[in-house]
Amino acid sequence: MNKLHIVKAGMMVSVQDPGRRGMLHSGISASGPMDPAAFAFAQALVGNAPALAALEFAHLGGSYRVDAPTRIAVTGGQVDIRIDSRQVAAWESHWLQPGETLAVGAMVGAVWGYIAFSGGIDVPPLLGSRSTHLRSRIGGLDGRTLQAGDALSLGSSTDAPCLRLALPIHRGRGPIRVVPGPQDDYFDGATWDMFLRSDFRVSSKRDRMATMLDGPVIRAFRGHDIVSDGTPLGSIQVPGSGQPIVLTAERQTTGGYPKIATIASVDLPRLAQTPSGASIRFARISQAAAEDLLVAERLRLKASLENLQPVDTVTP
Amino acid sequence: MRILPAGDQALTVELSDQVDDATNRRVIALAESLAARPVDGITETVPTYRSLLVCYDPAIVRASALADTLAERLASLDVEHTPSRHWTVPVFYGGPAGMDLEELARMKGIDVDEVIRLHSGAEYRVYMIGFAPGFAYLGGLPEILHTPRLTTPRQHIVAGSIGIGGKQASINSLAGPSGWRFIGRTPVQLFDPQRQEPALFRAGDTVRFEPVNEAEFERLEARVAAGETIAEPVLP
Repeated sequence: MNKLHIVKAGMMVSVQDPGRRGMLHSGISASGPMDPAAFAFAQALVGNAPALAALEFAHLGGSYRVDAPTRIAVTGGQVDIRIDSRQVAAWESHWLQPGETLAVGAMVGAVWGYIAFSGGIDVPPLLGSRSTHLRSRIGGLDGRTLQAGDALSLGSSTDAPCLRLALPIHRGRGPIRVVPGPQDDYFDGATWDMFLRSDFRVSSKRDRMATMLDGPVIRAFRGHDIVSDGTPLGSIQVPGSGQPIVLTAERQTTGGYPKIATIASVDLPRLAQTPSGASIRFARISQAAAEDLLVAERLRLKASLENLQPVDTVTP
Repeated sequence: MRILPAGDQALTVELSDQVDDATNRRVIALAESLAARPVDGITETVPTYRSLLVCYDPAIVRASALADTLAERLASLDVEHTPSRHWTVPVFYGGPAGMDLEELARMKGIDVDEVIRLHSGAEYRVYMIGFAPGFAYLGGLPEILHTPRLTTPRQHIVAGSIGIGGKQASINSLAGPSGWRFIGRTPVQLFDPQRQEPALFRAGDTVRFEPVNEAEFERLEARVAAGETIAEPVLP
């Protein structure tokens, strides 16, 4: 059986599949990739079904070996990738042979990267998913990040050509769009103006659970305690410090801080990929407009995934 | 009642801004109704104290239409016949995990046995599961035992710890930090990812605590370690 060997661990490397659904009522958030589209491209580039598992890392990828010929692809952002001394491109699949070492360096202009291996990472599914939930210490490999010396089984795959994107990925520009609520009425008009007109810096206090934002203090005139309620993906909670916190893949499922708004699903991965220290702005849109954006984005992603091109195997 | 936007894949059905039994019963009745007679496009629900988070797929149903469906469902809700299960949870009061028991008794001007009698004499309602996997927020703590949280949380509280935070009681599901006060420990595992239903309790269940001595706690703990089930739900 083919195995993946972790030679050098990158940062926060974890096994992820699309996530664990239907467990919110038990207090377990979905987990899954911080950038689902980048994850889906990595999987498609190596010919994996979307539900299989790959690796996610933050900033630094690490180095890897395999026991049998395997196609690999790295996505998420621009990054130096080498197979032994040969430099290879991101957003494109390549063969990794036994005896060769795949080294994935530091990403530029993005935070979360994905490394997919043909056949997928075959850890036992837990509660319907292979995703690691680091905060709950479940899923993936013993619920933890990977370390040098770890070895993971890879599923079997059929022979197929290496692929690349037909068109480069364009993440949208402009402000991060938000849908006000559920506690938008805890914040007065002047605070809303400030929220929409100020720059917020993405703090380095971030992980798979949440991202903190630095900027003007956001005051809830009705107070910063609510009767705890459900915390959806992308909700922006505002604790007493007035510093907004965006809840992400491994968030707690309920919380007691007012949530001024929820980030539109199409823009949440863009925020997740914004490097620490960079500034963002928010723009408000309606719930219906955010729904339209999400439905359209899914169709675009599906079309791009179906339109991958074989890599020309003739070396110039 | 208000139906509030919670992004482009969720709605919050808010029945009240208070914590009370009647509201929580309606929240759980709505969740049960949606489980029994599913609505196309709803992916999952999260019952909490006074609201239900309803997650949906906008490719199947839009929030505007879903809000109407939810309002209709609420109008015809059968709160009386919503099933709930009852649990008896053995607790060893005091000991290393119940480090606040004696201080709590001193703060209240009663003896330790009286704290145990009050705590184990009440019936609690699981208002919600949240914060962490399987963590149960319990309502029904006798008023004399209401105690503010610590100003500085402790870093390591063991799983199974029996806590008091303000007006609420809890059973901690996983080890971790907490600012609540702890008076004992149960060997019952509230969260086990290997179980088909990993969280032992569901919102709406009722719970009573049964004092056990240290020897009995250890016997029960050994049975749990051997893979036995020591707490079974009683259906009404």
